[in-house]
Amino acid sequence: MDRENGNRLAVVYVKLKDGVLDPQGSTIKSALENMGYQGIKQIRSGKIFEITFQKDEKRKPEDLIDEICRKLLTNPVIEKYNFEILK
Amino acid sequence: MKFGVIIFPGSNCDYDAYMAIKTVIKQEVEFLWHQDASLHNCDCVILPGGFSYGDYLRTGAIARFSSIMKRVMEFAKDGGLVVGICNGFQILMEAGLLPGAMLKNTSLRFICKFVHIKVENENTPFTNFSKKGQVLKIPIAHSDGNYFIPEEGARKLRENDQIVFRYCDEVGNVTLEANPNGSLENIAGICNQTRNVLGMMPHPERASEAILGSDDGRYIFQSIVNFFNKGR
Repeated sequence: MDRENGNRLAVVYVKLKDGVLDPQGSTIKSALENMGYQGIKQIRSGKIFEITFQKDEKRKPEDLIDEICRKLLTNPVIEKYNFEILK
Repeated sequence: MKFGVIIFPGSNCDYDAYMAIKTVIKQEVEFLWHQDASLHNCDCVILPGGFSYGDYLRTGAIARFSSIMKRVMEFAKDGGLVVGICNGFQILMEAGLLPGAMLKNTSLRFICKFVHIKVENENTPFTNFSKKGQVLKIPIAHSDGNYFIPEEGARKLRENDQIVFRYCDEVGNVTLEANPNGSLENIAGICNQTRNVLGMMPHPERASEAILGSDDGRYIFQSIVNFFNKGR
């Protein structure tokens, strides 16, 4: 999107926490094995969100995105996240 | 006693719950809209099954921020009776009114069938009309019913007797084979620590008349009415 207008882009990666069962990941793994791929140890599925947002002078973009992740994008019982803010 | 059934965008068991209470349990009941600012003096609020907001993001994650949910959270904190069925259970967990979260069923399939559940705790407003160990035949219909909670949370659930229902076989054996979705410890329903909030994946409203294949769901609704009448 138009980053000239002061817009920023954040990319959020959401993953299941280690130890939380991932039925989708394990099904994809067995599909790969059936396709003949060998040596695939594990597949963990996840989600990506690209957030285009207006720069707010009063607030660090990291704080804003972190709050969005905590409040809505992830469920802390089962998920973890990290993000990067692309200049 | 007055029940309220909340309608979220995408709820689809709202009428089933409404009819079960009105025609089978014969209590006053009204619909509550997700944007309502009050619970209309209802004594028990039901969050019905369905696919609120299309299950986008995570099941229940968006409905949890509906304006009526602020009232539901206050109501629950004050000891009000709240029941979440299926998607309603998922919403209650997202709202933090019940611990844990749902993962996809281990089979990755949407499962719609009758199952048996065992009453593990009969000392709740939702199960007092049934007996401990009683087996209820009630259907499930979900993709995300694989209950998960980290070990410490599971221990608390056990210690506080918050596990209300477990999936079991016809005669009440809690076995791996009787677990339809991979739920931790066969958990089908839990309550909060103060016992006024219940979440369950099976649909009691779909099993409230014999013509539907089972009327065991009545035990849950009738328990609520008994509990309420006793307290008055």
